[in-house]
Amino acid sequence: MPETSTEPLRIVQLYPRDMNIYGDWGNTLTLKRRAERYGLAVEVHDHNPGDPWPEQADLFVGGGGQDSGQFRVAEDLAAVSGHLHDAAERGVPMLAICGLYQLLGKSFRTGGGETLQGIGIFDLETVAGPERLIGNIVTESQELGTIVGYENHSGLTHLGAGQQPLAAVVSGAGNDGQDGTEGARTANVLGSYLHGSMLPKNPAVADFLLSAALEVRGEALPEKTFDDTLAERAREVASSRPR
Amino acid sequence: MSRPLVRALGQGVRWATSLRGGGSAFPGLFMEKLHPRFVSEELAKLPLGVVVVSGTNGKTTTTKMAVQLLRSQGLRVFTNRTGSNFVRGVAASLLAEMDAFGRLDADVAVLELDEAHAVHFVKQVRPRTSLLLNIMRDQLDRFGEIDTTRRMLRQVAHATTETVVLNREDPRIASLAEDLPEGTGVSWFGLSDALRPMFPSDDDMRDGLRQVDPGAEDSAVPSAERPRADVVLEAVNARSVELDVAGKAYEATVDLYGVYNQYNAAGALALALQVLGERADTASLVAELGKVTPAFGRGETITVQDKPLQLLLVKNPAGFRLSLASASAEDYATMIAINDQYADGRDVSWLWDVDFDRLREGGVDVVSGVRAWDMALRLDYDLVPVGTVEPDLETALRDFIAGSGDRPMRIFCTYTAMLSLRKILGGMTHVAAI
Repeated sequence: MPETSTEPLRIVQLYPRDMNIYGDWGNTLTLKRRAERYGLAVEVHDHNPGDPWPEQADLFVGGGGQDSGQFRVAEDLAAVSGHLHDAAERGVPMLAICGLYQLLGKSFRTGGGETLQGIGIFDLETVAGPERLIGNIVTESQELGTIVGYENHSGLTHLGAGQQPLAAVVSGAGNDGQDGTEGARTANVLGSYLHGSMLPKNPAVADFLLSAALEVRGEALPEKTFDDTLAERAREVASSRPR
Repeated sequence: MSRPLVRALGQGVRWATSLRGGGSAFPGLFMEKLHPRFVSEELAKLPLGVVVVSGTNGKTTTTKMAVQLLRSQGLRVFTNRTGSNFVRGVAASLLAEMDAFGRLDADVAVLELDEAHAVHFVKQVRPRTSLLLNIMRDQLDRFGEIDTTRRMLRQVAHATTETVVLNREDPRIASLAEDLPEGTGVSWFGLSDALRPMFPSDDDMRDGLRQVDPGAEDSAVPSAERPRADVVLEAVNARSVELDVAGKAYEATVDLYGVYNQYNAAGALALALQVLGERADTASLVAELGKVTPAFGRGETITVQDKPLQLLLVKNPAGFRLSLASASAEDYATMIAINDQYADGRDVSWLWDVDFDRLREGGVDVVSGVRAWDMALRLDYDLVPVGTVEPDLETALRDFIAGSGDRPMRIFCTYTAMLSLRKILGGMTHVAAI
């Protein structure tokens, strides 16, 4: 049976300076608090454009931003692409929301007609659409269950033929408002348009990321001894709200 | 139809709807259909023109202050009441203020307009002066992105014919000065270097671990490189502020909740100085600031069972953070009520951009509103103890009052929660009409 070490769990927050819009900090906070409640030591580290790549990282989280912030981030991502691909192949978990999700795909054509190159961890392309897809959204993932959140994006994301989505849309728009898929998943890298923040109201997704992070180190998530009543109630309310 | 007849009809509709109770914008809608240029034609007649106040936070209170300052100097001021801040709301207010002969007894109009409505409004009526307060992420479910909000205010600045009064410390507002049409003047209001860290810009909001370490250095431009401000908030004391007005020091009483209101007072003063020009009496304007009372639900205090209960409207991360920063947690019984109706913003993601550490020591007595469970979860992850979670506002309010003991009470609430709470409180005690 794998052991739990005293090595802290190192969470790297990607581009908080440029991609911090709309509550995605809640994802990092949720991972930190849940890890603490599981009895793990946690370190949170920021990575902003131009920073040296962190040597040790167990889990990556990143959020959405203004279109303007994405240019700076795309440039830095190109520079650290090798590190991220390498981590993804080793099974290191990542959660990329909205703007960062788009840049983990192959390309993003903005409303201004410029094309940003992504780093291609996901086989998908995003094109800015004529109007924003905004509102409460409920999706269903076979492995992670019902995922609830709030979407607000103008990018329409089209998955490549072999790209696995994160979940199927139950109500809401999802990747492109057409194909019934939401987000993407490659190995333990999850991409999604869901704000809310996503992880507080989806503890199963948070725990999946924590487990995967420990698994890479040959450890397992300790048994859960706290309850998630608040999250359960908040999920119920969120899934019953109008768009 | 003849113009006086149209106006008289509009006034009739206003009278009829007032008999029914409520419906503040309906007579305006009627006028908009019947005589679309009514508002612009009427406002164009005012000798000192039109003043527009816009920005994310503080519009209502700042407009109230500006109106009071101008009135104290003898001006007759027309303003839009009851938050009906779009063109037909302005038309409805105009109808209410006109006499039977269609005369508007005013020298100047001071109008509060939200960003989206301001854009439509300035296409019809070009303001002579505008006061642009701040651009914070708010209602992104309506506006999409914060950069979109800035584009809206840029249109307001461009439509302004004489002077724009700008907040020097908000980078998105300050940069509006860069490409104004030739001939448009700029008046700045600002903060002393000592006060600037108290007002993080929206970009500082989640700059890395700042939330964990609020004392972290901010990235603002050094004061020497910033333009000279006509009004600077120099220092904030318990119930007074120190102001620098055109190089001269003044002390003013500002009995409003929160440092952000004290800063907005500097904006209102800068605006009043522009509108009044040479006839302005700075010393008496500063004294008048002390007589301003809070706008409804914006730090308004209601007495219930002989105890003060303060209603604090919160609608975005910057506002909530500043509101929390303005009082010590332990002294109060605290309730938080979060709704997610259209007027509140459907998306509650913004709660995760507010740092609730300040409430950890005193805790939160009651959490309520449609999104009570979301709020309770948010507090739980900031390790803030929560007494009860009760989504129903009326039950929650009664529990809260009953359990407050001898502590003064405060309720942080979103817009529709605030309106409901005021109504419920109206059944228990005296609540001023909006």
